Amino acid sequence: MRWVCIVFPQLALDGVQRLHPEPDQPLVLLAGTPQRRVVQTANAAARALGLRPGQSLTAAHALSKTFASAEYDPAQIEHWQQFLAAWAYRFSSQVSVFYPRALLFEIESSLGLFGPWPQFEARLRKELTELGFRHRIVAAPNPAAARVLANLYDGLAVADDSALLHALAPLPVDRAGLNPQVATALARMGLRTLAQVQALPRHTLARRFEAGLLQHLDTLSGQRPLALAFYQPPDQFDARIELNFDVHSHQALLFPLRRLTGDLSAFLCGRDSGVQRFDLHLEHAQAPDSVIKVGLLSAEREPAMLFELARGRLEQVQVTAPVRGFRLVAEDLPLFVPQRQDLFDDRPQQTLPWEQLRERLRARLGDEAVQGLRFHADHRPECAWQAAVDKHPCPTLNKVQRPGWLLREPTLLAEQGVQILMGPERIESGWWDGADIRRDYYLIQTRAGQQGWAYRSVGQSDGLWLQGWFS
Amino acid sequence: MGAVIALDTLFNGGRVWKGRPAAPPASVHPTGLAALDAVLPSGGWPESALSEILMAKEGVGELQLVLPTLARLSAAGERIVLVAPPYTPYAHAWHNAGVDLRQLAVIQAEERDALWAAEQCLRSGSCGAVLCWPRKADDRALRRLQVAAETGQTLAFAWRALGEAVNASPAALRLAIETRPAQVRVLKCRGGLAHPAPIALAGH
Repeated sequence: MRWVCIVFPQLALDGVQRLHPEPDQPLVLLAGTPQRRVVQTANAAARALGLRPGQSLTAAHALSKTFASAEYDPAQIEHWQQFLAAWAYRFSSQVSVFYPRALLFEIESSLGLFGPWPQFEARLRKELTELGFRHRIVAAPNPAAARVLANLYDGLAVADDSALLHALAPLPVDRAGLNPQVATALARMGLRTLAQVQALPRHTLARRFEAGLLQHLDTLSGQRPLALAFYQPPDQFDARIELNFDVHSHQALLFPLRRLTGDLSAFLCGRDSGVQRFDLHLEHAQAPDSVIKVGLLSAEREPAMLFELARGRLEQVQVTAPVRGFRLVAEDLPLFVPQRQDLFDDRPQQTLPWEQLRERLRARLGDEAVQGLRFHADHRPECAWQAAVDKHPCPTLNKVQRPGWLLREPTLLAEQGVQILMGPERIESGWWDGADIRRDYYLIQTRAGQQGWAYRSVGQSDGLWLQGWFS
Repeated sequence: MGAVIALDTLFNGGRVWKGRPAAPPASVHPTGLAALDAVLPSGGWPESALSEILMAKEGVGELQLVLPTLARLSAAGERIVLVAPPYTPYAHAWHNAGVDLRQLAVIQAEERDALWAAEQCLRSGSCGAVLCWPRKADDRALRRLQVAAETGQTLAFAWRALGEAVNASPAALRLAIETRPAQVRVLKCRGGLAHPAPIALAGH
């Protein structure tokens, strides 16, 4: 068993910052009562301005006016931890959120699929950087040791138990995950590192300290298992971004939309599912939400494609009130079947598969814009076709002459100059559904040389009706 | 003058017209009209390019020119996209012409969106042929279609009014259909001189 611990040192800050298009702006998170607002955390740009955690907001304003602020929200931290667990679920079935602001997952069984550890680690780092979370990654033989080592190290990989003892030995007692009172007591006894504590006889430790110390030491060395509750991904995706200002144009919504669809894609990769329908909620201050429904013909999870389709739908919507919040809800998550791609394809590199092209066209032109064409066994010309795709090849049809184009509505033809080349051919059908026709069809040629298909209703003398062009 | 260009690439690309008559290479996309193939420098429809078909009115055999090509493409499993056709394609006739209807997609769009849709289809490279009927397209719009056809390596066909013949066009091939007698005239073909004599259209 090998465990990975990923610690997110600035989870609250990253969670807010990743939703801003410009992450380098000074930003602080505020906590405390309304009477006394206190800076909880500050990003690097804000620290450069002299802002420090623990300052009151008034003191911070005295130093500088040019920083953005947001609320420090423990619920949001929880939300981001759950989201990251959903992301990590892709790499391991044993993901735990046991420690706050950290993820634990087992990787020994995943290494066969994701490659040797250095490669796997590079992939984790790349994906986390793309998602916008700063992190420290440590791999160790047991979860508690991985968490404790992640306090000090980044990128450390401990192979086995003997190496683990060496790695744990120089840890300072106050960073070893011990109860603070115990850590202080040990420090006052002159014990600075974990090696010094472990060198003491067990019975003296048991007599002087509570049972938790020995338990913790045993958990660290792997002699005592740590019971972890494993993460189960939820069945639906629901993410929300609160905009700090009134948004009037869809341009300003594109960055949040890109984040949301990217998060949705990461979530779907973790569950190995796709999405076929999702809703975009535009929240207004006064009015009820405007809901944009995005529907796809097949399950997809490619982030760029989801973004583009959602963008196509979003750009067409006229919203009356300014937008204050943005939310993406996906409830129906069917199984994702990757598309088959030819190894040897003579098409150029940038080929967009037809399915994606169809979705792109539907997103802009409307759901019904892309149609197929199929033959329908009916003698009446207006019923002889359907706008759908046939599953089976069309049977061989009789070789009567039919025009290539059919007019949407028959039009009355001015008869002078019209020459009848062939006919009549009688079509009489449709008594069963009320649209009964009795027509004599002729192949005609107009004075301009056009060849058309026109009919005369039997028993009526209302002239020639043009219904198609032989072209 | 610094760049050295191989003569072969210039000749094969059809950019330089050679006075010496040579047997035209067998085209990948013959038109199905042998007399027309014989006078076209590429021996058929120009590959990865826009072909324009100009006609005074509909019903003069404008589809007959492309149906053999469409039949061959659809039989090869290529997709054929009709962007905003002026009328409904009659399934019976198209099937009798040999077109596999399952490979046919019809896109309903307004005039402005139709050009966008045609460009998207051409650029995607997932279609064998894209057919469009631009009514108010200027040469910039046609240029976009031509570039998109090159990018996606797709055959593009545009049907336009005969009155557009006086305006310049970036299309690689321009054909005009005349009636009484029914014939096709080559107005422009890239890589060669346009054949002066008209070619008779059968069946009209």
